[in-house]
Amino acid sequence: MSEPVLTVEGLVTSFPGGDGGRLTVVDGVDLALEEGEVLALVGESGCGKSMTAFSIMRLVPKPGRIGPGSIRLCGRDVLSLPVTEMRSVRGSDVAMIFQEPMTSLNPVQTVGSQVVEAIRLHERVSVGDARRRTAELFERVGIPDPSARLDAYPHELSGGLKQRVMIAMALSLRPRLLIADEPTTALDVTIQAQILELMRELQRELGTAILLITHDLGVVNELSDRIAVMYAGRIVEEATRKTLLSAPRHPYTQGLLRSIPSLARAGERLAEIEGVVPAASEWPAGCRFSTRCPVVEDRCRSESPGPFAFAPDHRGFCHVAAREAGS
Amino acid sequence: MTLLRVEGLRTWFPIREGLFQRVAGWVRAVDGVDLEVAAGQTLALVGESGCGKTTVGRSILRLEEPREGRIWFDGVDLAALPKSQLQPYRRDVQIVFQDPMASLDPRMRVRDAIAEGMEAFGIGTSQAERTDRVAHLLERVQLDPRQMSRYPHEFSGGQRQRICIARALSVEPKLIVCDEATSALDVSIQAQILNLLRDLQEELDLGYLFITHDLGVVRYLADRVSVMYLGQIVETGDTERIFTAPEHPYTKGLLAAVPSVDPERRSAAATVIGDVPSPAHPPAGCHFHTRCPVVFDRCRRESPPVVALDDGSSRCFLSGADVAEGPV
Repeated sequence: MSEPVLTVEGLVTSFPGGDGGRLTVVDGVDLALEEGEVLALVGESGCGKSMTAFSIMRLVPKPGRIGPGSIRLCGRDVLSLPVTEMRSVRGSDVAMIFQEPMTSLNPVQTVGSQVVEAIRLHERVSVGDARRRTAELFERVGIPDPSARLDAYPHELSGGLKQRVMIAMALSLRPRLLIADEPTTALDVTIQAQILELMRELQRELGTAILLITHDLGVVNELSDRIAVMYAGRIVEEATRKTLLSAPRHPYTQGLLRSIPSLARAGERLAEIEGVVPAASEWPAGCRFSTRCPVVEDRCRSESPGPFAFAPDHRGFCHVAAREAGS
Repeated sequence: MTLLRVEGLRTWFPIREGLFQRVAGWVRAVDGVDLEVAAGQTLALVGESGCGKTTVGRSILRLEEPREGRIWFDGVDLAALPKSQLQPYRRDVQIVFQDPMASLDPRMRVRDAIAEGMEAFGIGTSQAERTDRVAHLLERVQLDPRQMSRYPHEFSGGQRQRICIARALSVEPKLIVCDEATSALDVSIQAQILNLLRDLQEELDLGYLFITHDLGVVRYLADRVSVMYLGQIVETGDTERIFTAPEHPYTKGLLAAVPSVDPERRSAAATVIGDVPSPAHPPAGCHFHTRCPVVFDRCRRESPPVVALDDGSSRCFLSGADVAEGPV
């Protein structure tokens, strides 16, 4: 098997803060993505999922610091690349789409010229050729009347169309990895269904690996092959989509799934996870979930758990789950 | 018993243009809405962004001025009252918004924010008595009463929403309009707030008008559902029936588009395609015809009637008796 598209090992991302020290927001994250695979990174606000994505793109805002840890993307060590080389990696090897397409597009430039610019930054092609390619891309991502829309400004497009423009731009250079950070969160559900369908089609057609960052387990179920759940800066459980959604082992994953009001279940009381997600400055010692965990034991408060392999393809970080799984 | 009945509600916003701000047109945000909330029950008003659901809620509180229609509450038409006579009803109808940070004064201590309404309505005879009541309310929404002299920024998002709920409860309302009250919260926190709202309803016999885009939340909380599209209600019915046998094509499409967390079902289907048209220029005929998967000629010309169903209504030619004229 060839090298994975993306390998992240022991990634730490931190900001100055706390008591003159550093505030760690991503704390020892391991990830691997194979060619053409869709991995979902799931968690609630502040768990570090977006910061993990920004770290991979090396777009962590100052004065944040990425490292220690290693990020290998298409065989290259991202963290040691010179800035100019990193710039060419972004776009051609890895591209990113965001939750709010309005803030990712330049409001005073037509959407067509923004895609043309992106293509011409990376490839020596004429404006005419780049424009033709952009029109084709617009058609491919389902923008109605694509050649006319090249000259539209972002405010003239709906949220769904803007996200289609972002997807077109992200895929214009055929990256091997697409990072999608809450790509449908700002969209209405009928628009979301259309964008999910488009992403599924494109992924199948182009074989692009996708790292999907989201808080929405429904979206995860629609798109991903594997799921990693994050809590308080760390991954707590990772498995194939079916295993994680049908037989989660970690108490946090279990609580998360039970707290979702679903269309299929009427009436029965929602399970709550007690308390609130702790801020990065208040992460507890030992297992980070120990302050809210319904099955917490003494050692959880002092000893960081795992990783434990519950089964091939299913790992997690929980003392209690590990004992029950006999691993 | 009906607590609130809205009939033919219209709230339009002017589009102004030019130097003299001449009215060039109208955004028909709410264009003929009927709905009913029973005492102690929850009506969910669902729809996508821009459908007018928030404006319905705000119009009921007269935070927007309706242009037409009646808002019956306790035998009185709130829409016909002069603003000066609304005061007593402000106590009966409260609202909880999506963003608790924006609806709490950052410079006001939690105790004062909650007691403000009580003072306005002369509830409690002394400051000490009101402070006692604040403590009870905070306990009721599962916050520590010892924190009542703190400021809103010292609380998390979920805790702030609890404060807003306590504030709404402080004047003993009969109806609470919840406008996307849990949409900004993480799912584990949302579950806490939804359970709290349900307990409070049972205990205090509150009516809720629950405005939301989240159909999972609707299924969990609502007794009845009204589905809104471009300023109009397209379907109303019992929650169970709406989810198991939706009648209107828009309701069907909306439900089909919701992703499920069941790993055996990967099913979110885009049966309703394209974008919502602008409410400034709603399509002729049925507002939904530009996106409807079962559209036929008549829908483009004529506005469909509101067809009565056993448990509600549907605004579609294909509902009820007219089926013969539909596409075959």
